[in-house]
Amino acid sequence: MAYEVVIGLEVHTELKTKSKIFCGCSTTFGASQNTNVCPVCLGLPGVLPVFNAKVLEFAVRTGLALNCEILPFSKFDRKNYYYPDLPKNFQTSQYDLPIAVNGHLDIEVNGETRRIGITRVHMEEDAGKLVHAGSVTKSDYALVDYNRTGVPLLEIVSEPDIRSEEEAKAYLEKIKAILQYVDVSDCKMEEGSLRCDANISLRPEGATKFGTKSELKNLNSFKAVQKGLEYETLRQTDILEDGGKVIQETRSWDDAKGVTLTMRNKEQAEDYRYFPEPDLVPIVVDPVWVEEVRKNLPELPEARKARLMNDYGLSSYDAEMITTSRAMADYYDAAVAAGADAKLAANWLMGEVSRSLNNAAQSIESCPVTPEKLAGLIALIAKGTISGKIAKTVLEGMWSSGKDAAAIVQEEGLVQISNEGEIIAIVERILAANPQSVADFKAGKEKAIGFLVGQVMKETKGRANPEVVNKLLRERM
Amino acid sequence: MKVTRKDVETVAVLSRLEMDEAAMDKFTGQFNAILDYVDMLSKVDTEGVEPTAHVLNLKNVMRTDEVKPSLSRDQALSNAPEQEDGYFKVPKIIDN
Amino acid sequence: MELYKLTAHELQQKLQTKEVTAVEVAEAVYNRIDAVENKVQAFISLTKDRALEQARRVDEKIKTNTALSPLAGIPGALKDNICVQGTKTTCASQILENFVPPYDATVTEKLVDADTVVVGKANMDEFAMGSSTENSAFKVSRNPWDTDTVPGGSSGGSAAAVASGEAIWALGSDTGGSIRLPAAYCGVVGLKPTYGRVSRYGLVAYASSLDQIGPITRDVTDCALVMNAIAGYDHRDSTSINTPVPDYTKSLVKDIGGLKIGLPKEYFVAGMDPEVEKAVYAAIEQLKALGADYKEVSMPHTEYALATYYMVATAEASSNLSRYVGVGFGHRGQGDDLISMATKTRTEGFGDEVRRRIMLGNYALSSGYYDAYYLKALKVRTLIKRDFDKAFEDVDVLVAPIAPTTAFKIGEKVNDPLAMYLQDVCTVPVNLAGVPAISLPCGFKGHLPIGLQIIGKPLGETTVLQAAYAFEQSNDYHKRLAPLGGE
Repeated sequence: MAYEVVIGLEVHTELKTKSKIFCGCSTTFGASQNTNVCPVCLGLPGVLPVFNAKVLEFAVRTGLALNCEILPFSKFDRKNYYYPDLPKNFQTSQYDLPIAVNGHLDIEVNGETRRIGITRVHMEEDAGKLVHAGSVTKSDYALVDYNRTGVPLLEIVSEPDIRSEEEAKAYLEKIKAILQYVDVSDCKMEEGSLRCDANISLRPEGATKFGTKSELKNLNSFKAVQKGLEYETLRQTDILEDGGKVIQETRSWDDAKGVTLTMRNKEQAEDYRYFPEPDLVPIVVDPVWVEEVRKNLPELPEARKARLMNDYGLSSYDAEMITTSRAMADYYDAAVAAGADAKLAANWLMGEVSRSLNNAAQSIESCPVTPEKLAGLIALIAKGTISGKIAKTVLEGMWSSGKDAAAIVQEEGLVQISNEGEIIAIVERILAANPQSVADFKAGKEKAIGFLVGQVMKETKGRANPEVVNKLLRERM
Repeated sequence: MKVTRKDVETVAVLSRLEMDEAAMDKFTGQFNAILDYVDMLSKVDTEGVEPTAHVLNLKNVMRTDEVKPSLSRDQALSNAPEQEDGYFKVPKIIDN
Repeated sequence: MELYKLTAHELQQKLQTKEVTAVEVAEAVYNRIDAVENKVQAFISLTKDRALEQARRVDEKIKTNTALSPLAGIPGALKDNICVQGTKTTCASQILENFVPPYDATVTEKLVDADTVVVGKANMDEFAMGSSTENSAFKVSRNPWDTDTVPGGSSGGSAAAVASGEAIWALGSDTGGSIRLPAAYCGVVGLKPTYGRVSRYGLVAYASSLDQIGPITRDVTDCALVMNAIAGYDHRDSTSINTPVPDYTKSLVKDIGGLKIGLPKEYFVAGMDPEVEKAVYAAIEQLKALGADYKEVSMPHTEYALATYYMVATAEASSNLSRYVGVGFGHRGQGDDLISMATKTRTEGFGDEVRRRIMLGNYALSSGYYDAYYLKALKVRTLIKRDFDKAFEDVDVLVAPIAPTTAFKIGEKVNDPLAMYLQDVCTVPVNLAGVPAISLPCGFKGHLPIGLQIIGKPLGETTVLQAAYAFEQSNDYHKRLAPLGGE
């Protein structure tokens, strides 16, 4: 039987506020253990929380960007469960009245656009971090760092509208792009500022009733999301095809082993005993303010992609690639604004610049070549001052020295030689030295000219204009 | 008896408390006496009545996003039953 | 007259006129503690060094004629659930036996700013859960009027200290009557302010939507002085009311002509001691004689208040107390893994009543029971609050008993939690509605004091104090000293 996969994602994202959600401690990542803590986030007896207004603004901004309805009356609730990374043994979260509900976003997979519903967006506090001596299961003890406790989180819950691991990945990438566009989160999965849990079930194709789901935890990278869902799809398919029943449970993705493992089943499920947080008062948002936030939203990925296609004639693929990350799109816009040819800029950004960033394990935000300087390089290519090949060398120089393209071209004498007079002598010498290639060419072997061009380029250290070289060679044969 | 010993055991687990047989019996009895009393609430007509979680009509109490001084690590750990290398130390964790 | 027998406002006079020094006052109180604490058992810890240092500082200021607050140099006690940086704050629980807060409660800061002298941390029912102070893990406090009886609870240590001369004033906390009941049993004055009037920051939570800190004093004037020192908005407490604090001493006028007082007949519950009832009616006659207009009012949901209270309070408590697992602070039990360690910690660390309430609260919140118990209680709470709103359309204050009886014998109710809970039947509605109420002596049954409750509108402390002051000044109950104090 053919099965349809049904997936819903719960994405947690840390908000980039300066201070924590309920106290004034810093949210800086990577601080020395237990130094960004105070009586409030340590949950000491007697303390009380006070809500950070920036968190509300970020939550509303996100809700609006995800096409949600902002609830006029929202409140915090306590979710009660015991875990040592949670000093109060309850998490202050939102239960029945989250800040935003009923949104959606569109994803594109294999050229097809699909709309994924967003059930809700709610605000909550993050937990601390456990450090284990050795492995979690074998260690005799654990160490707790409360620096992360109380860092503001948004939880974004999708409808079970996702139908494949590719769609899950596209959804997650889109969420990430939007969160970066509205500037509320760094979305660094490797630092845990973007995290994802997945609910997945199977049902016979054409069925309307959902199958029994499992909840996947510990999906710590885009790859893990994709692989975990892939594995879980196969696992559930096997069970169903053997005539078995999937049991409702929470499973953990083991990245090293590439499998999902049972964490707890339905019977062991926690009873969270949610109730209204008595120490925090309700949030009543002013609709006028919400409209103001909406008005001030930046251009979102979809609109930006459309603009790049319309204004610069980029292909859908190129525009999508550039706009997936706000920083990348900002870089692109800045380069074009500085005079770069729009198509060349797209090629260079997705090509050499991205490759160099990858090699250096750097992000576009910290790219040593500014958009203005890249525009300078592109201008030299467009004018024919340097060849594309030389330009790669120039970019390397710019990368390490921080100098302008023009300066490097000048200093290293890399200006392209297009003057026929300067090239003729070399062309004639190469023709004389390679009679076999000349004969081959004359015998109709078109390929032979490539070798001859290469020889001329070698002689000129790549500076000769390849078009001119080509022309001169042909004239003389 | 509306609350059974099994119920009390379940709540004890939820409360991270344990008790011996005798205490469990005593507790079950007291629990029932209290809940029998509380059951008078079921007589009250609350149709259409909103719950009161907060007695004050306060809303939107917020602070500006400013970093305030944290405790020193020594202060933070000053009440820790056990610590190591600047961390709070706890026994091994076995999930359920 | 011995200094410990004086009120704060009397001592203030003597300090200002340099008749006595703050150190002398503090020493007089400590001498008194030395003399009677073995009988009263009001304190969990004493902070003598710090207190004398504070007193010396006040004397310096007096010497240099620096302006002083009215409570400067006046020794008082803090209930041991109010955090003082660097001083053990135990909540009378094994689980916090060695807890030393690295921060001050807001009220502590305010009292330090007012140059008061804190003599020590007062005994209480563990985590403020109880009506007799017998639930303390460390000691059973005694009623200074009869040391075989309880001082009431949960702020029993605070009330007993004030009544016995071991402190001039004290702070308690009141979640369902925990200031007013011990004040009534010990024949002193206790005020539960409007919810949100005094910051809860640094008060170890029992039931967050009900808890309030308030004064316990010898008379109404001192009550106003302590309120002046502790009331006010606090940005660290999201449930703090952001309106200016009046000068409560302005309420200390004897004229209550035209004040409309109401008696909610439902407060005279079955089991009410006829002598208590008689004393309350006599007090009403006295208030009428002073010019008040009297009216009987009906608050039909009063009988459901106690049941409502026990669901709301225990639900919040179960969550508030789940942090005590031996991880970041407090007692830790032995266990190989985290869950067994936490379970051991809590089983060893909490007394019976606390365990009972945690379990009751978790039961009320657990799936399957939430609607019938917790949510139902929140809805009934709405009806109880409406009863108050409606009554206050017709009257300025409500007058009622504090408890059905006077102080009971130690040990009498320890094995019957429900009977113990019933002591709170007249006080819990006030917490559910969040309104202010005072307890002050209005007579005696035999040698034991009877408390009168005057309940006000939200932020109506001024009217409550005015009625209480007029009543107090027309009798001499507040001038009588507990036998311990009279020797």
